[in-house]
Amino acid sequence: MNRIAENFFDLAVMAKYLPSIIDGVWVTIHLAVLIVLSGLALGFVLAVVRAFQIRPVNWLIVLVVDVFRALPPIVIMIVFYFALPFVGISMSGFVVAWLSLTLVLASFAEEIFWTGILSVDRGQWEAARSTGLGFLQTLRDVVLPQAVRLTIPPLTNRTIVITKSTAIASVVAVQEILTQASAAQAFSANTTPLTMAAIAYLIIFFPLVVLSRWVESRFGWKR
Amino acid sequence: MTAPLPMLDLKGVRKSFGAIEALKGIDLSVARQELVFIIGPSGSGKSTLLRCCNRLEEPTAGQVLFDGVDILSPGIDINETRRHIGMVFQSFNLYPHLTALGNVTLALRRVLKLPRDDANERGRAALDEVGLAERAHAWPNELSGGQQQRVAIARALALEPKVMLFDEPTSALDPELVGSVLDVMRAMRESGMTMLVVSHEMGFAREAADRVLFMDEGEVVEEGAPARIFEAPAHARTREFLRRVTGH
Repeated sequence: MNRIAENFFDLAVMAKYLPSIIDGVWVTIHLAVLIVLSGLALGFVLAVVRAFQIRPVNWLIVLVVDVFRALPPIVIMIVFYFALPFVGISMSGFVVAWLSLTLVLASFAEEIFWTGILSVDRGQWEAARSTGLGFLQTLRDVVLPQAVRLTIPPLTNRTIVITKSTAIASVVAVQEILTQASAAQAFSANTTPLTMAAIAYLIIFFPLVVLSRWVESRFGWKR
Repeated sequence: MTAPLPMLDLKGVRKSFGAIEALKGIDLSVARQELVFIIGPSGSGKSTLLRCCNRLEEPTAGQVLFDGVDILSPGIDINETRRHIGMVFQSFNLYPHLTALGNVTLALRRVLKLPRDDANERGRAALDEVGLAERAHAWPNELSGGQQQRVAIARALALEPKVMLFDEPTSALDPELVGSVLDVMRAMRESGMTMLVVSHEMGFAREAADRVLFMDEGEVVEEGAPARIFEAPAHARTREFLRRVTGH
């Protein structure tokens, strides 16, 4: 019992490394917020572009989206960070983490939005078009409002999964929570910083999970 | 003296889906203020014909003249044309994320570009015409099937179309709700609306239609006054169909 307390809940270690963990929290939040905004926006735009049904464009979207859904995020980050400099593209760890996870989230979000668009009944398109609405007006005013509602549950789940993956950014030296905790663990020769990291992740992501439940019930509607 | 221009004039309209020819050269003229009824077995091409009239289906060949203009010609603005051709669907197709009034006013605001207040006023008037003024703020799922279909009719009527297309408007309704929709259609007829109706409501056809067309296998088999078609059908196929639907 004592050993558990010493190794995981050492108060002196906690006090010493709290500031660096908090620095990590801000980096994680900063990164996660940027990824959610850009990932969902890009995914939405790709799904809307796909709705135009331009064959070569759609093939390209499907190819890119499938590649980013197939690759583990850690592999994408490593390639961007360590391989791209060889072709003259050099990005900071933070930018690499942001770009990698944005592309992954956008890919999943595109598929989810696209499924939502497809699941809106053809009769909705026909009713709108029969009153003289154009393709874009129908998409914007009739189809997307319904599609987006259908996509909220899978989208919130996927968003949480991807934002948690910011922990992987430790491999490209981003000073987020896990990086700070690992460094602190090495310096202190004690695992208490990892406990602090776990608590920090809970503090950030638990409200997000609760929020997602609220969003799901708020935007669901009875047929 | 020339005959007045028909509201709708279909000439040799053909439609193929792959190898299947759904319409085999249809000629149909609908005069102003006329109510033409189309009956026939399922798969006979009735709905396809109706959907060719506003290009929800693109005819493979032929002409569709609406108020004298060929709506299949390349230069046509189909969105502008469609707002003059109202359509009512079997499955209502109300927008579930908008209230009854929202359903009716969407095209008024987006297509006619009316300001919100004007659109609402006109939308309420259209809902009033179908007897649903007091349900303006109801959501589609709060309305009965008959009420939903009347909102769908109001949505089309609000644009003040020159012709209304009805694609089996009562087929999805419980029997006790059919009457309310037919009452609205009867009132439209009395106000002089040109109507092309695909339906199995033979009683309504007999009472309200100027002309009845019987279609089978992508062709118009015969047409005539309702009394003539129902009481003295000339073709064996018509007799067979009527015998099956009326159960005599």
